[in-house]
Amino acid sequence: MTRKRMSATRSPRIQSVLRSIVLGVGAIAFLFPFYYMIIGSLQATPDPTVAGAFPNPSNLTLDNYVAINERINLLQGLINSGIFTGGVLVGTLVFGLLAGYALAQLQWRGRGVTFALALLVQVVPFQLLMIPLYVLIARDYGLADNYLGMILPFAINSTAVIIFRQYFLQLPRELFEAARIDGASELALLWRIALPLVRPALITVVLLTFIGPWNEFLWPFLITKDAALQPLAVSLANYISTVAASASNPFGATLAGAAVLAAPVVVLFIVFQRYFVSTDIGSGVKG
Amino acid sequence: MTSVISPPAATVPPAGPPPRSGKRRRPLGRTPLGLLFSAPYLVFVLLVFAYPLGYSIWISFHDFFFTAPGAVVDRPFVGFDNFVTAFADPAVIRSFGNVAIFLLINVPLTVVLSLLLATALNRATRATTFLRVSFYVPYVTASVAVVAVWIFLFNGGGLVNQILGPLAPDPSWLINSQWAMPTIAFFVTWKQLGFYILLYLAALQGVPKELYESASTDGAGRVRQFFAVTVPGVRPATVLVLLVSTVTGANLFTEPYLLTGGGGPNGASASPVLIMYQRGLQQGQPDVAAAIGVVLVVLVLGIALLQNRFAGGKD
Repeated sequence: MTRKRMSATRSPRIQSVLRSIVLGVGAIAFLFPFYYMIIGSLQATPDPTVAGAFPNPSNLTLDNYVAINERINLLQGLINSGIFTGGVLVGTLVFGLLAGYALAQLQWRGRGVTFALALLVQVVPFQLLMIPLYVLIARDYGLADNYLGMILPFAINSTAVIIFRQYFLQLPRELFEAARIDGASELALLWRIALPLVRPALITVVLLTFIGPWNEFLWPFLITKDAALQPLAVSLANYISTVAASASNPFGATLAGAAVLAAPVVVLFIVFQRYFVSTDIGSGVKG
Repeated sequence: MTSVISPPAATVPPAGPPPRSGKRRRPLGRTPLGLLFSAPYLVFVLLVFAYPLGYSIWISFHDFFFTAPGAVVDRPFVGFDNFVTAFADPAVIRSFGNVAIFLLINVPLTVVLSLLLATALNRATRATTFLRVSFYVPYVTASVAVVAVWIFLFNGGGLVNQILGPLAPDPSWLINSQWAMPTIAFFVTWKQLGFYILLYLAALQGVPKELYESASTDGAGRVRQFFAVTVPGVRPATVLVLLVSTVTGANLFTEPYLLTGGGGPNGASASPVLIMYQRGLQQGQPDVAAAIGVVLVVLVLGIALLQNRFAGGKD
């Protein structure tokens, strides 16, 4: 009995040290490339040595940001990413919310099938859709080099529909029945009663929906050839794969562009990180 | 609000047409408005998922080529011709081999590391917000942005090789035909790990605390508890992690396109989706590309079923 207790008090300390080491190494491994992105983007001449991982005041400059901005119009890229992301957000928040509400609170024929579809859609691999979507959207509908063509395949985020449904299911049905008796329309119910009660879900969904199109590369890359319409992820990728070799400090300029592309999402994520919770997103994926 | 609890309230039908009789008069359900609310989403799913899915399979069995919009051309049924063309091409076979290497490294590494880090994070008492944020940051950041850093880190004279010194592979990681694919697999593992940690954290909340307590009274140490309680307790999450990481891996495109300059060296890191892009859109053979896609999806489905069979247990 005493021996057991002794080992029970000794080993938790070792375990806690071990745990701290695992967590610490993990945090460094995840954060270091971001630190290195910023350091590298500020170097006047690239310094890949170990010393280069520490800021050197004599080698710091903002020129790389100017250099990348001359090659790819950063502001235009950010605006294009913003329009693409904004379109997806509007589509998801309007139509996804309506669908989530209908799935949770209304009884109608086809509800089960619709929910099953929302789950199924998430496992449809994009590689199977790539060719037909390109044929349909770029060729048949003529939406290549068009914001609408960019937005269309992402217009309503299915994970968001499921998260909305999950939250609306938790609201007591009596609340709605009472208001219905008072003659409120379903839209009014959704807008005035349901929506204010699921505000945390709204933030989770905005965060989750935002990162998809903002970071998306393959689809906007396929559909936009006009540089003036390309989201920043696409124009930066084109810079990396083609013109990087011709710049005087290609690493500095590339990393500066990378920092500009990463910053909005990282800031948004840090500010709202407490809404990025396991249970919501877990349920969204699992259904 | 008092009417909420009074029993008759529940039987009063919702506002709308006056009640006539039973449910049979309502072919669309009690509140057909639900269908109207969901209609945009349903149209979206049919237009962007269901129809293209069928279309993809149709294209793979026909002689399909790009035409001017509105042009009516004959697209004859060609059976398995596109599949034969695709798999007579050594580059296609190679890309499937590459993605197999990728999955063999990425999937086990993802499961082990994310479960380990999620378990440690779940027990952590200090700096949890900082740790959570740092674990998830690569996942929320654009691949294109972090790829730039990895190129800088892993190129010939990059920081990684500076640290490794004489141990550095020659030629360097991303231009070495042996190391290009493993490096991509490490990159994707690192990039996506946060999402799987998130899934495991959710699953860990569902493992009953009493199980740990009774294991502890039976004399099981922490390591024993991890294998006897945690691992079986999060099994449904493991099945999900296996499925999602396999599907993500099969979708690999951005990383070989950018990290190794289009699947180099010499196709050693080309993925099937990259080949689909090259054959289908750059070389104008969408039918062959669609055939590659169909085979890829069938293989992924097969792997997913096997995973479910062997990792899923009885639940």
